[in-house]
Amino acid sequence: MRLWVFVIVCLTMLVADLHFRYLEVVRQTLSVVLYPVEMAAATPAEFVRNASKYFATLIKVQRENRELRRKALADAERLLRQTELERENGRLRGLLAMAERVSVTSVAADVLYEARDVFSRKVIVDRGSQHDVTAGQVVVDEQGVIGQVTRVYPIQSEVTLVTDKAQAVPVRIERTGQRAVAYGAGEGLLELRYLLANADVQPGDRLVTSGLDGLFLPGLPVARVVSVNRELQAFAQIVCEPLAGVGQAAQVLILGRAQPAPERQVPPPQASKD
Amino acid sequence: MQPTHRSRRILRPVRIWFVYLSLCVALLLSYVPTGQVPGVPDWVALLLAFWCVRERQHVGMGAGFIFGVLVDIGYGAAMGQHALAYVLLAYAANAVSRRVLWFTPLQQSIQILPLLLGAQLVMVVVRMLAGAEFPGWGYFLSSVTGTLLWLPLHFVLLLPQYQPEERDNNRPI
Repeated sequence: MRLWVFVIVCLTMLVADLHFRYLEVVRQTLSVVLYPVEMAAATPAEFVRNASKYFATLIKVQRENRELRRKALADAERLLRQTELERENGRLRGLLAMAERVSVTSVAADVLYEARDVFSRKVIVDRGSQHDVTAGQVVVDEQGVIGQVTRVYPIQSEVTLVTDKAQAVPVRIERTGQRAVAYGAGEGLLELRYLLANADVQPGDRLVTSGLDGLFLPGLPVARVVSVNRELQAFAQIVCEPLAGVGQAAQVLILGRAQPAPERQVPPPQASKD
Repeated sequence: MQPTHRSRRILRPVRIWFVYLSLCVALLLSYVPTGQVPGVPDWVALLLAFWCVRERQHVGMGAGFIFGVLVDIGYGAAMGQHALAYVLLAYAANAVSRRVLWFTPLQQSIQILPLLLGAQLVMVVVRMLAGAEFPGWGYFLSSVTGTLLWLPLHFVLLLPQYQPEERDNNRPI
C-alpha cells in the first residue's frame, strides 16, 4: 500500500518534471540549500584539476605560449581587417537605413565537469547567474556551437550539448541557404530532421545557425553533414557531426544578446515609397 | 540449538543517528563530480540497501524517497528518477532482509546485486521512455562495484555496534 503511494508520487514528479517542467522552482530552491554540500563534494575534483595544471611541464607551457603568440599575431591581422569591415558595414547599413546587427555580450567560462546524469549530454561550467549568465544563452568554443545554457545556478551553470537528444538547434545549410533544425542524435552526432528526401543536401555541407529563434546568433558554425540516406521514407535521414569539440572543449564562451531580439514585424507599406 | 544469524557476534543495537549520518556521507560522496566514469558505485543506493536489509524496522521507502530526490537535484537528473528507483530498492531490500540476513556478508552481497541492478534498470526504463538515449552497458558496472564494496562496508558500518558497553577481557563478546 505505502509502496504504491510512493511509486505514484514519484511517477507524478517524473511526468511533471520531464513533460511539463513544473518542478524547476522546487529544484532551484532545494539546490540553493544543497549548494554548500555540492561545493564541499566538488573540492576533491577541483584539487585534482589544479594539481594537473600545476604539474604541467615547462616545455608544454613554452610550446603553448609559442602557439598562442602565433595565433595572436594571426588574429590581430584579422581583427584589424574586421574593424575596417565593421566600419564599412556600419556605413553601408546606415546608407540602407537598416538596423545595426544585434551586439553581443560574451562571458568566458571553464568547463568544470560532465554532469553526473548519464542519460543526457550536459556539462557544468564555472559561470552562473552572478556573472549575468541566463538560461537560453549559446555556448561556443573556437570552432563553433557546443550547446546552450539550460539551468543557471549562482556560480555555475549547466550547458546542454548539441548532441543531447533533447537539444535542437535551428540551422541553415551554408551552401544553399536551406533552413532546417538539427537535433542531437546521441553518440556524439546530430541529425537533420524534416528535410524532404529530394532536398539539396550533400555530405560535407556546413550547417550554421539561422538565428530564426531569436536565441542563437545567426551564422555560428554548428556541424558538417556526414551522410545522407534518401531511401528511407518521405524524409531524408541526414547525419551530421559537430564542428566544435563538443565533448572535449575546456574553455568556452557564453554568448548572449546585449539587447533582446527585435520584434518580428511586417514592414509598413509606405516604406517602399522612399 | 536455536538457529541464529550466521554472523555469530552479538551486536549492540544500532543508533539511528549513525544510520542517517552514513546516508548523508553517501550523499556527499555521490555529489563528488566524477563525470561519467563507468563503475563509480552509487553510494546512496548501496547504503540504503544495506540499512534496509539490516534495520528493516527503521529504514525504508520514506528514506529512499527523500534521498532519491536529493540525488536527483544534485545530479541534475529528472526529478523523481532516483526517488522511484530508491523507493523500489528499499521495498525490495526490506522484503528480502529476513532471508538475506541468514547468509554470510559475502553471500549477502551476491543477493544484493540483482536489487542494485534492478534499481538501475528502473532508471534506464524511465528515462528511455522519456526519450533519452541508452547510456551503454558500462552504466550497470556501478552495481557490480557496489556489490564488491558490500563486504568492506559491512565491516565498517557495523563497527560501532561491535563495541562492548564496557570493556571486559573475561567476557566472550
